[in-house]
Amino acid sequence: MSNTFLGMPTLPVFGHGNLNATEPFPKAARRELANTQLRANLGHATHTIRDKRLKVVAELPDWEELRNAGSAIKNATMANLPALLEQFEANFTARGGIIHWARDAQEANEIVTDLIRATGETEVVKVKSMATQEIGLNEYLEEQGIAAFETDLAELIVQLDHDKPSHILVPAIHKNRSQIREIFLREMADVDPALTDDPARLAEAARKHLRKKFLSAKVAVSGANFGLADTGTLTVVESEGNGRMCLTLPETLITVMGIEKLLPSWTDLEVFMQLLPRSSTGERMNPYTSLWTGVTPGDGPQNVHLVMLDNGRTAALADEMGRTALNCIRCSACMNVCPVYERTGGHAYGSTYPGPIGAILSPLMTGIKSEENNSLPYASSLCGACYDACPVKINIPEILVHLRGEDVDSKRSKTKAPTQMDLMMKGAQWAFSSGSHLNLLEKGLPLGKLVAGRNKVIKKLPGLAAGWTQSRDIPAPPSQSFRQWWATEHQAPAGVEHPEGDQA
Amino acid sequence: MKIALFATCIVDAMYPRTARATVTILERLGHEVVFPQGQACCGQMHVNSGYFKEALPVVANHVKAFDTDDYDVAVAPSGSCVASVKHQHEMVARRCGDAALEARAAVVGAKTYELSQLLTDVLGISNAAEQLGSYFPHKVTYHPSCHGMRLLRLEDRQLNLLASVGGIEMVALPEADQCCGFGGTFSMKNADVSSAMNADKAANICGTGAELCSGGDASCLLHIGGGLSRQGSEVGTLHFAEILASTLENPVTVTGEVQLAGGKR
Repeated sequence: MSNTFLGMPTLPVFGHGNLNATEPFPKAARRELANTQLRANLGHATHTIRDKRLKVVAELPDWEELRNAGSAIKNATMANLPALLEQFEANFTARGGIIHWARDAQEANEIVTDLIRATGETEVVKVKSMATQEIGLNEYLEEQGIAAFETDLAELIVQLDHDKPSHILVPAIHKNRSQIREIFLREMADVDPALTDDPARLAEAARKHLRKKFLSAKVAVSGANFGLADTGTLTVVESEGNGRMCLTLPETLITVMGIEKLLPSWTDLEVFMQLLPRSSTGERMNPYTSLWTGVTPGDGPQNVHLVMLDNGRTAALADEMGRTALNCIRCSACMNVCPVYERTGGHAYGSTYPGPIGAILSPLMTGIKSEENNSLPYASSLCGACYDACPVKINIPEILVHLRGEDVDSKRSKTKAPTQMDLMMKGAQWAFSSGSHLNLLEKGLPLGKLVAGRNKVIKKLPGLAAGWTQSRDIPAPPSQSFRQWWATEHQAPAGVEHPEGDQA
Repeated sequence: MKIALFATCIVDAMYPRTARATVTILERLGHEVVFPQGQACCGQMHVNSGYFKEALPVVANHVKAFDTDDYDVAVAPSGSCVASVKHQHEMVARRCGDAALEARAAVVGAKTYELSQLLTDVLGISNAAEQLGSYFPHKVTYHPSCHGMRLLRLEDRQLNLLASVGGIEMVALPEADQCCGFGGTFSMKNADVSSAMNADKAANICGTGAELCSGGDASCLLHIGGGLSRQGSEVGTLHFAEILASTLENPVTVTGEVQLAGGKR
């Protein structure tokens, strides 16, 4: 192999930045589960959004058709992504916008920093954006001496508290209003000391705090919900109107968008404008939808930039079983219905993308071997609630299982000692691949009765099984298996047996 | 009709009464039940734990046992295992590059039914008291297991059969559609989250005042019952097949050897 740079990166190009679980999920989950306030806040919030979503989804007779359409449009987009990206670039550029391509988080952060530096500004206002969370833009800018102010209310709460978002749509879902009041009193220099925890008063305090920033900011940084290839148009969908202020008032607008956010055409937006608000906030329609196409002379930002971000998306696209994860429109319906997310919260996942979609998207983008990301695909009981809720029908349980397979295969080795799980699976393979093997094993069932003793329950097991017996008993096994009963005692169909007629 | 019983490994080894109840119900309706001796397990534990290579011989064994013309339909008293047979076997064969097995697995999958599916859709049972003589004078709540609900779309088949049993008093389970937290090896790998989910399920069950929680998957009932037992609860779990098999003359006994997964004995 030559060391000469040939202009092509080694494939696949995995993602970097805030995409990793930094500790194994079970360990992080144990800590978060112990936080009873968090459990209460999350339980209340997820159940409220869940119920709202179900109500507005039930209003649409063609909801399933919309989901099918959303899925089909996204699949077609991914199948034709290179051509669509070029089409988008041509249209965006023709209308006065400037496109920058970023292979990973580092490149994207450098591009944004250079663009801000070119304006001479040291402060920027921000529209809520997952892509910039993913690349750690705020932290990077801070190191470069540039202050980024989040303007979304929940992002503002999280930023003021020096915390991390725990949900992609409701970043402060883990905080209740009295905690938010405390944060405002502690961190907002200009706040009214008589502030109460009334939601309207809290919102008012944030509005007053932000208004000065909106009016003075010369540069805004945003993400985008959709990019429309046939016109070169960008879209931001939001609830508060802070996004609209950022997108229209400053002189310079820098947008960071993942390359998978494209839709082939303007008309496709109709499907997603029905799917997204209902799935995310449980609203029929979101309050603000902003669309912009390059520069409009004399109106709005005159310097319009777009950073197209890969950061592991092409690696995910290369995975035949996993690529539909890129269809995600970041609605968060999957996390709102997930029984695991509901109890652990978003921080347990480590990555910017928590919940069911994060458990597949993070390892797909970084590769299964990155930090502790191989623990994420196991963070699910495979109950399937996420798949049912997903507006673009990403089969999350199937991809979770696929990634578990990737993890197991990545650790197969002739030299390393097998884990307890490996040994259990190997033993079970022997037992379950033949009726006579299983029969032989089942002849040992009476031994289990001995273990269970007089109380007829097994209360403590060693090793991996200790996880089970930490909260669950196992009943004493029967004296004989079904197949033994069938072979020895079941008579011809004429003599109908009653199942509990005898116990050997 | 000639019906092949797929007992499933957990019922075969731990809950033989559930398989015997299934035989009882089908024979009571005049059908012939056969038990393919080669059967063992659907392989779901291996697949869902990511051990595809190890799953392949388990899947191949199941397909070999059931790929015959010797029966009309196959039935299993489990939504989860049937979902595996119907939805996972082809995928495992494909992933391991065995096209012949994939094709045979599709044939077996198409002939395999979950018990309430078979009773309702094929055998036309809508009133267990009248058509099966089912009688069970107890207060019962019902947990619909995730795979039956979301992969097989069983809807209310199990619940409707239970509600039509003579003498039974059904009470609705709050948040019934929430997973109990079993999830196979999830219960061991993520034991804390699994236990937290089970605790909420147990609280909802106990809040109904029911004597028993019924369901269609022995694995979930083992999980829920195991949690109730650890808490010292009087409430137990019982597969719906055993309730359907119970009659006035031969009532199902709720005490005895391996019976309820939980509760006082």
